[in-house]
Order: sequence, then C-alpha cells, then structure tokens
Amino acid sequence: MAQSIQAGQSYGFFTDTSVCIGCKACEVACKEWNQLQGDSPAFLADSFDNTGSLDAQNWRHVQFVEHVPDESATTGNGTAWLMMSDVCKHCKHASCMEVCPTGAIIRTEFDTVFIQQDVCNGCRNCIAACPYSVIGMNQQTGTAHKCTLCYDRLQGGLEPACAKACPTQSIQFGPLADLQKAADVRLATLHSQGQTQAQLYGRDESVYGGLNAFFLLMDKPETYGLPNADNARLPSRNDAGGYLAALVTGVLAVVAGLVAFRRRVTR
Amino acid sequence: MVFLAEHFVRAPQWTWYILFYFFFAGLAGGAYVLGTLLRLSGDPRDEHASKLGYYVALPALVLCPILLTADLGASWSRFWHMLIDVTPGETSPILHYWSPMSTGAWALLIFGVFAFVSAADAWLADRRGAPLLPPAVGRVIGIAGSLFALFIASYTGVLLSVSNQPVWSDTWTLGGLFLASGLSGAAALITLLVRYRSEAVVSLARLRVADGYFSILELVLLVAFFITVALAGEATRIVSWFPLWIVALVGIVASLLGVRRPARAPVTGETAAAPLAIEATVVSVLVLVAVLAMRAAVIFSAQ
Repeated sequence: MAQSIQAGQSYGFFTDTSVCIGCKACEVACKEWNQLQGDSPAFLADSFDNTGSLDAQNWRHVQFVEHVPDESATTGNGTAWLMMSDVCKHCKHASCMEVCPTGAIIRTEFDTVFIQQDVCNGCRNCIAACPYSVIGMNQQTGTAHKCTLCYDRLQGGLEPACAKACPTQSIQFGPLADLQKAADVRLATLHSQGQTQAQLYGRDESVYGGLNAFFLLMDKPETYGLPNADNARLPSRNDAGGYLAALVTGVLAVVAGLVAFRRRVTR
Repeated sequence: MVFLAEHFVRAPQWTWYILFYFFFAGLAGGAYVLGTLLRLSGDPRDEHASKLGYYVALPALVLCPILLTADLGASWSRFWHMLIDVTPGETSPILHYWSPMSTGAWALLIFGVFAFVSAADAWLADRRGAPLLPPAVGRVIGIAGSLFALFIASYTGVLLSVSNQPVWSDTWTLGGLFLASGLSGAAALITLLVRYRSEAVVSLARLRVADGYFSILELVLLVAFFITVALAGEATRIVSWFPLWIVALVGIVASLLGVRRPARAPVTGETAAAPLAIEATVVSVLVLVAVLAMRAAVIFSAQ
C-alpha cells in the first residue's frame, strides 16, 4: 500500500479466489517473515495441497478444492480446481476472543485479532471455539498461534508479507472500507461476465459481524470449508440454554435429595 | 424444520486430564451437596454420612486444579492467568461471565475454600467431639458452599457447549447431565465409604433412594442429549462410541433398580446391613464407572 498505515483504522485482507493460481508464495512469505519452521512434510496423496490446514505453523494455507473429472472437460468449461488462500478471518465478533479466559486475545489498534504470546496459557478454549479451524497449539511454547495480520509489519508501516508476495493480487491488503469497495467492483465484473456463482463471504455483517479478512468465492462457502451465514454463530449462544438446563437440574436434584433424605426409615 | 449444523472446527485435544478433571469435579461438587443435604435432613444420625460427603469432597476437589494445570502443557506455570489478566500495562483480575472457563476458574477457587472449611470443621468435630463452628454457622456455610458445588459439578458441561464443536455445541443438555451424574456418582462414592464409618450405615438406604432420583434426572437428560444431537445431524459421532454409552446406561439402570427396592433393612445393626452392603457395593461401583464412561463418551465423540 502506498499510503501510510495508521493506528485506529480498520485493516484487513480481501482474498479474491477467482485469480488465485495456487503458487503458495503467500505461505512461503508468511513462514519466512514470521519465522515459522512449518510442520514436518506429510504425504497427502492425490492432492496438490501438501500443507493440510491452517495451524500453529501455517498462517496462510492455499486450499485446493479438487473436482478433477474422469473425462476431460470441454474447452473453457473446466472447474477442476478451486484455489483459495485461507487465513485467519479477523472476525468483528470473534469466537476465539469471546471464550478466551485469560484476556490473551485482543483487538489491536489496526482492528485485527491478535493472541498475546506472553498472556496465553495454552488452555485451547479458542481452538474449541474458532469455527474456521484457524488456531493451532505450539507444543514447544505451550501457547496458541495464528495469523497476526503481520502486526509487527503494520506497526512498521509495511503491508503483510503474504499480500506483498502474492503475484496475482489475489491477496489484497488495505483499509477495510477500500477493500470492500474493490470487492464490490470485482463481484460486479464477474457477474457481468456470466460468473454468477461468484459471491462475497464476510463482506457484510451476516458472518460474525463481518470479517476483516473476507473473500470472493467461486462456489458456496461450504465447498471451501467455511460455515454459511446460518451456521456462523458465536459460542455464547449456548450459555443461556446450558446454564438453564443446569439450574433446573440443580433445583430438581436438591428437592429430590431433600425428599429422599427426609423419608424416615421405619424402625 | 430440522437445522443441520455444519462444523469446520479443530478439536481442542482436551483428553485424559480433562476427562478425569470432569470426573472429580462432578464427584467433589456432588459429594459436598450431599453432605449438606444430609445435614439438613433433620436426623442427627445422618451426620456421619454427611461428614463422609465433606471428607471426600476436599481431596476430589484438590485433584481438579492439579489436573487442569497439567493439561496446560508447557504453559503450566501460567495457570494463574485464568484469574489475572497480565496484558502489559493492564494487569488486573479477569472474569468474563460469558466464558464458562473464566467463571469456572473463580468458582474452583471459591469452592476450594468452602470445601476446606467444611472438611476441616468435620474433622475437628470428629477429633474433639463437637464442631468448631456453631451448627447454624456450619449449616449456612454448607448451603453457600453448595451453590458453588452445584456450579462446579455442572459448568464443565456448559463449557463444552459454549464452543463451535460438533455434538458439544449442538445440545443444551450437558450441564444438567454432568450435574445429575456427578450427584449420582457422589452418592455411590459415599455408599462405598460407609464401610470405613459404620455409624453412617443408617443413611445408606436413603442415599440409594437419592441416587435413584438423580439417575432418573440423568436418564431424562441423556435422552434429550441424544435427541438434540441427532436433530443437528451429528448422531453418527455419538453412536460410534456405543460401548461407552452402554456402560453409562448400565450404571443408570443399576441405580434405578436400587430405588425400586424398598428400604427393607432395619438399619440399627451392622449384621442386618451386611447383605445390603454387598449389593450396594456392586451398584456403586457400576455407577462410578458409568460416571466416567459417560464423560469419556461425550468428550471423545467430538474429538
């Protein structure tokens, strides 16, 4: 980004999957800047995806959604691969931040979601909560890790490493309002070209109050492993029901106990 | 209209430490509540069983923070971050009422004080022949502590539900289910310990009646659990752990059979209680195994 990065403004990513070519430059740049050694290589047969998933070592993950047909597709009609550079969504209403008991997960001055490594104590409640399977445990540090949206680079006025490295501008970084405008224009262009399946995910408030890292998808969200708007719900939705059931059970149990113990044994 | 849940989450790897934490939290909370209820029964002869409840609640509770701290792995020495937010420049106590793990950490601390006071008072009463605290004060402490005991025995289920995990977040039943089974398990544990305090045998028959009532609650909640999870489309995840569910059901049924049998034994002498004791021992062991199996089935069905 040419203009300076300022605290107090909302920043994010617009990841346009329609132009992702699956080069994984984002993954490499992320690991290099953030000094992530990566997981030991696994053989994921039958796929170009050998990263697997986002976790403590993978803060960008190029998903390959593979529908390779048995017979070759007709010209201009191949949707053998959908590629998407997945990342922490930096949700407005973040499930991880909601359940974190230590206050380790905060919103930064750039409106991003950040795990403070000196506060986190490795309870893994955020992992149970994150609906996107973003967060992973680092067993060496005993803390939870995920994308920081290059918090250190932003503080130094630099754009995040993945966006800088992306050769096709599939990953765009900037002030959220600018990205949303750019996404609307891009969506209109694709629709006018007949790509009616193109849709924005997390651009509006329907998913976790809006995502700072939102996406343009070429299929429905579930195809990419993203919960749709109906399923994008916060963990706290279950507080009331869970405690109410416990309360009713507790009252009934105490009454039952008193009844049982008050019954005099006949001599 | 059936709402099918979609889950794309990672499992938090809450396994053995957490399973046994849930087990002992249920027993500690349940035993404390039973100790208090027995004291409130109005029959002074129940005091012996009541003390057993307080005696067993304390060590069961002491295991809880140890297990939780061990589960933190390399960060174990930061267990106190659950209570104090150490964000640089903003260090202060932290309590997020909407996060069961946050409220649970405080409840464990406070319940620990109650469990210690009540157990110490029971011990001093045994040593000196009279309790240190006036009976009325002991009763008030028991009632206040029981509120935290009920919370400790139940919030662990709510904690699982307040997530986005399959099964756990698809049901509202887990808090009540864990509470009912914790009380049932505590009744069974006290029953087993009566052999070390023969005067408590007068309470035995009524403990089994109470256990039966708790098991009815547990059975109702278990059915509700299966229905809610099935409606969310996640039934296969729980069915695959059916051996554990069968073990859990055996315990529930065993204690329900216990309640059907009239309290027949004249509870004045030990000889009359002997045949009852063997049967009660078998039932109690089955119930305790069931308490553990049910929690294991719930924990592992999502992970």
